[in-house]
Amino acid sequence: MSAEYDIAETLDVKGASCPMPVVKTKGAIDDLAPGEILEVLATDAGSMSDIDGWAAGTEGVELVAQEEGDDVYKHYVRKTE
Amino acid sequence: MSTDTPDAPTDDPPSRAELAARVDELEEALAEATADDGDKKMSIIATKGTLDMAYPPLILASTAAAFGYDVTVFHTFWGLEILHEERSKNLKLSSVGNPNMPVPNAVAALPGMDRVTTKMMEKKIADNDTATIEELIETSLEMGVEFQACQMTIDLMGYDEDEFYDGVTTGVGAATALQDMADADIQLLV
Repeated sequence: MSAEYDIAETLDVKGASCPMPVVKTKGAIDDLAPGEILEVLATDAGSMSDIDGWAAGTEGVELVAQEEGDDVYKHYVRKTE
Repeated sequence: MSTDTPDAPTDDPPSRAELAARVDELEEALAEATADDGDKKMSIIATKGTLDMAYPPLILASTAAAFGYDVTVFHTFWGLEILHEERSKNLKLSSVGNPNMPVPNAVAALPGMDRVTTKMMEKKIADNDTATIEELIETSLEMGVEFQACQMTIDLMGYDEDEFYDGVTTGVGAATALQDMADADIQLLV
């Protein structure tokens, strides 16, 4: 069951561990236009807290949602500016 | 000789214009002092060159860059090994002096044991898909992290500047690091 978001890009960081999910998310969001949403697929259990914290502490991004799937953690981040 | 204090009472109260000028001056100074001088900054001093101690500064540096921090990492003494392109790929784990190692110190001190524990750790890193030191350095450089190699240590170790990763800043010393620390929101010694 996946939420309905208008996803501009999907970043697959499955297998990567700290700090790469956050670092690669930052790189991918830089390539988006304001308003667009990035989907991040990760297997790192720490990514739930890390991407939440990163989005809260970083200007120009907003965490739209996070979902914990069977094996994959899904993060939806909007670029706001 | 008069016992009157000569200064204070003879001064006329400041005029309205003088007060206004003084207020302007203070407001300007306040604005300057509180101005957000742009980006957040982090300064890390990396002093250790074992495999385990190479990770924390690099992980924090790349993560801070992802948060939008201007990051400088000043590498001195054994921390310089992390920036040495060849030596950074062969950083060792010490099996002695670490009570979490599965072998007692008396055994850990035997010749070759550091190689064994390093291999063990390298295998864990590979199995766990943990980024390598080289990957973290390349990623950090791409994200704009400034890696500084302490000139005194370069000279001490007899390294050449071209032995470091491309993009590493050389020719810097403690004063540079201190200036970075003074300007930084976060300062760490690792």
